[in-house]
Order: sequence, then C-alpha cells, then structure tokens
Amino acid sequence: MSAKTTAPAAPRSAHRSRPRSAHRAGRQLHGGRLAYAILILFTVGSLFPLVWTAVAASRSNERLAQTPPPFWFGGNLFKNLKIAWTDANMGTALLNTTIVAGSIALGTVFFSTLAGFAFAKLRFRFKNLLLLLVIGTMMIPPQLSVVPLYMVVAELSWTDQLQAVILPTLVSAFGVFFMRQFLIEALPTELIEAARVDGASSWRVVWHVVFPAARPAMAVLGMLTFVMAWNDFFWPIIALTQNGSPTVQVALTGLGRGYIPDQSVIMAGALLGTLPLLLAFVLFGKQIVGGIMQGAVKG
Amino acid sequence: MRSASDTGAAEPGGGGGPAVVAAAPAGAGAPGGDRVAAADPVGPAEARRRERRSRRYRRDVRWSPYALVAPFFLFFAAFGLFPLLYTGWASLHQVELTAPNEMHWVGLRNFSRLLSDEFFWNALRNTFTIGVISTVPQLMIALGIAHLLNYKLRGSMFFRVAVLTPYATSVAAATLVFVLLFGRDYGMVNWALGQLGWGPVDWQNGTWTSQFAVSTIVVWRWTGYNALIYLAAMQAIPPDLYESAALDGASRWQQFRHVTVPSLRPTILFTCVVSTIGATQLFGEPLLFNGGAGATGGSDHQFQTLGLYLYEQGWVNLHLGRASAIAWTMFLILLLIGAANWLISRALRKETT
Repeated sequence: MSAKTTAPAAPRSAHRSRPRSAHRAGRQLHGGRLAYAILILFTVGSLFPLVWTAVAASRSNERLAQTPPPFWFGGNLFKNLKIAWTDANMGTALLNTTIVAGSIALGTVFFSTLAGFAFAKLRFRFKNLLLLLVIGTMMIPPQLSVVPLYMVVAELSWTDQLQAVILPTLVSAFGVFFMRQFLIEALPTELIEAARVDGASSWRVVWHVVFPAARPAMAVLGMLTFVMAWNDFFWPIIALTQNGSPTVQVALTGLGRGYIPDQSVIMAGALLGTLPLLLAFVLFGKQIVGGIMQGAVKG
Repeated sequence: MRSASDTGAAEPGGGGGPAVVAAAPAGAGAPGGDRVAAADPVGPAEARRRERRSRRYRRDVRWSPYALVAPFFLFFAAFGLFPLLYTGWASLHQVELTAPNEMHWVGLRNFSRLLSDEFFWNALRNTFTIGVISTVPQLMIALGIAHLLNYKLRGSMFFRVAVLTPYATSVAAATLVFVLLFGRDYGMVNWALGQLGWGPVDWQNGTWTSQFAVSTIVVWRWTGYNALIYLAAMQAIPPDLYESAALDGASRWQQFRHVTVPSLRPTILFTCVVSTIGATQLFGEPLLFNGGAGATGGSDHQFQTLGLYLYEQGWVNLHLGRASAIAWTMFLILLLIGAANWLISRALRKETT
C-alpha cells in the first residue's frame, strides 16, 4: 500500500528516470503523503488515550457519565489530583515507586556492567556455558517463581516492604547481554592492557576504564530498566498491598477496584502514575528510542 | 597461562604489544622492553616483592572474571533458580496461603485436578485466543509502521518517540483508561460506533468483545516498541540489496516482500517468541479490565487468562500448591511453544537455502 506513495523505483516504469531511479533505489526514499498520513494517524492513536486520561481527570464524575464523552479539558483537574493524592496515597506511592525503580535501575546497571565486561573482554573457563545460562534465564516466566518467592518474603516478614520488590529484580539477564554486546565494540582491548601495564588491578580497570567507556550504554540500560521497574505489576501486586507501602501500580489497582468509585479521580490517579515517565520521554525520548533500537539490532 | 593469552589478544594492537609483554609479570624472562631491562639489577628483596606482586596479579586475572559475574548468578540462584525448582516441589503438595510452611504431599493430584477443571481449560483457551488476536495484528502493524518510519521523514524522531510513548504507560494506567473508553453506556468507543449507526456493544460481558478489548490494550502498548525493533533491523539491511533488486525491475512493494521481509526473518522470529511469551503471561490487563470483580476475568470467566487463573487460585482461593501446578503447566506450554518455534524456523531456513 505504501508502495504507491513513493517514486516509481522500477526502471521499467519510466524511461526517463531509468538510470536515476536505479541509482537511487538503494538509498533512503522520502516518505510520500500517504506515509505521513498513516504515521500521523498512528501517532494520534498512540497519544490519544494518554491525552484523554488528562481530559477525563479534569472533568467530574457526572460529566463522564454522559454522552457524548468530553473531548476537551474541564476545570476539575487540580481537585481530582488532590483527592487521588490524599485518598489513594499517591504521594507515598510515587515516592515508593521512585525508590524501587531507582534502586533496581542502579543495581541492574552496576551488576550488568560488571558481568557484561567479563563476558565481553575477559577469558575464563566456562565462559560460553555461563553466557548461555544467562540468556536461558530470560526464558523463565515470572509466574514460575512467585509462589516460593512469596513464601520466602512471608517468612522474612518482608510483605509490604520495598526490599521484597527490589531484591528479586536487582539483576537482569537482558542487562548483562546488552552491556556485553556494547562493550565488545566500544571498549578497545588495548585500553585494558594499557591499564594492566600500569599495574592496575581488575577492580581499578573496571572503575577507571570500563565504567567510563560503558557510560552511554549504562545510561540507556538505566532508563530502560527504570521504565520497566516503574511499570512492573505482577510481583508488586502480590508482595505489596494498598495498606502497606504500595507502588504506584498497586495503588492504581486499588483505585480501579473501586475504593474510590469516582472515575475522574481514577483517571487523575492514572495520570499521576504515568506523568513522571511521560516527562522522561519528553526529555530523553531520543535516547530511549536509540537504546531500544540498539538493543534490538545487537540482541 | 591466563596472562599469556591476554597478551596474545593485545598483540594486534601494534605499538602496545611489546610494553604489554614486558608488563605481564608472568613473562619475567620474556623479551623485555627497555624499561624492565633498565630496572633489572635488583636485590633479592626486590625480587621477592616482584614475585609476590606477580602472584597476586595472576590470582587477580584468574579469579576476577568470576567475581564480576558472580552477583548475577548469586541473585539468579536466590530469586530465580531456587524458586523455580521449589515451585515444582510445591506443586506436588497441598499448601495453603494461610500456612505456607505446612505442606502435605499429594503427588500429582494438583495436576490431575487441573486437567479436570473446566476453568483451567477455559483460561487456556482464552490465553490462546487473546494471544493470537493481540500478537498477530500487533506485529503486522509494527512491520508496516517500521517500513514507513524507514523512509526519510521530516520529524522522524518525533514519530519514533510518539510511537513508543504507550510503552511508557503502565498496565494499570492503560487498562483503567481503556475500561472507560470501552464503557458500555458512556464509553467513547460505543459513542463513535453510535455515530456510525451501530448499536452499543457490551465490551465487558461478551466473550469475543471482551477479549477484543483486552487485546486492544496489549496492541496499543506494544506495537510501537516492536516497530522500533523492526526499524533497527531494517536499517541494518545493506542498501545494495535494494539496488540490485531495483535493477532487476522489482517494484517498491516487491522489494519489501522479497528483500525487506526475508532480511528481517530472524528479527520477526525473535519478536514472535517474545510476544508469545508475553501473551502467555498476560495478567494485568484482564485483572483490571474486570473493574471491581476480582480475579475471575469477567462475570463468566470470559477473559480469564492462565496468569489470572494462577493468581485466583493462589491469592484469592489461597491454594498455593495448585497455583504452583498452574505455573509449571505454563512453563511446559512455553517449552512446547519454544520447540515449535525452533522447528518452524528450521523449516523456514531449509526452504530459503
């Protein structure tokens, strides 16, 4: 369908443009009008539910129970945000989520860089076997471990405490693999050897050579992990409750289950839970996109 | 031995080569650089110290890789492998959430009970249908969008970020919004359908309609993410492939079919596997699409997935043993899917060569 929108690339289609189109064919073509139209439509579809969350959050519950549904902002935004903030404990939940996602991102980046460096640049016995094991662990679904994890957490009386959510997710196989793929190319082996010449121990090499070289990938992995940890749902909802120290997702579940039956307040809560990440997307969208694409090609 | 191989790896580095050899303490008698030779006349104390340092160095080089990878494996053993095995053990017992330490051996009864439980089969069926109607359109749309994004575009970065934005929304927030949008009486979807002259649809209570609505949330959240993965793979396709295809008279559409798609085959397979794994674990969307009704997946279990069924058995009905059995059954299903995927990819590869 998109083929129609672009310049005819087949040499047969136009005599005059034969050499030019053949020459151009390998290069990136400019998008035609139809390409823009479809992309804009898709973008609207992607953004609409988010914008509408804000619209609904700025209305009253009564207005939401009328047709046609509201399309533009009303005047109740701050009132609803305030109710969600106090009644659903969104303030605490946001703080908890920041702590959880921050710790998980830091831990994952740190441990992944260490292991990724070892797998990328060092030689040791069983290296390939261990790397295969790392990749294999990506296949294990989280459902498979929740029951015993819950038992352990209950045994340690960690239910409702943040470490119950942080510790099990502190390392990530994807992270190890991601850092390895990055460091293979980004870290010249000579640099490590040069540090060795100067008598640096492995830890000094890691600190003074590996970490500086890995910084761009560390930033990307940190952002991706943060987004994932922020949105994690399955384990937090089992380990934490609305009455203890919930993350945003757990608090939102409470909202959705009708502790507060007001739809506009629920939307205000959803908005509060999403806003920090949306902000991050506005600021670092380019890097996040780059990170996902980089991970995709190499992974 | 280790250090010898390390210096070997550095040799192609050119200028760095000799210095490295000189510095490698293992090579005390190796062709020394000037610096080492100059400092060579040393007393026995200095020699001993050097010996000690070289031993420490060898130990460091030998063992530090293990220290570097150890955290991952320690955490994985504690929070991944041990629970995995223990789930298997628990699935052979009767365990209640109220007293998780009291386990009574019941053998395979949890599993046999599962197989005769209509809600299990219902959940399995729902997981399958929701998985298909969310994964297939998602990946196909993603492929199309990626193809468009691969053109030279004004504001291409804006499109990429915008397309990825749903990925930043949580399951909870997204589902709550879609519950409103798919509302029967005042939802926007039914309002729009009404404008087109179609009657209101009860999105939550019908089997197909509710599954369609749940799938929509999945498609909305993940299509852009997959599109970026495809886009990355597309940009890695060498341009001369297109050039020669164009010289052979292939149209743009033919190029897409015969150059782009085959080159993307490994990536497509990868996203298929990842999406399938994601689909079998579907949990948050059906849980919250239910509103206040808990983990049943609708009044008639019409959109209860396996993940939700596990949660219901374990944390609503308090049967952890049964929940473990469901978990292991899910794992076996995943292994089957993995094997099927592998066979399919092998067959495809044979077909192309």
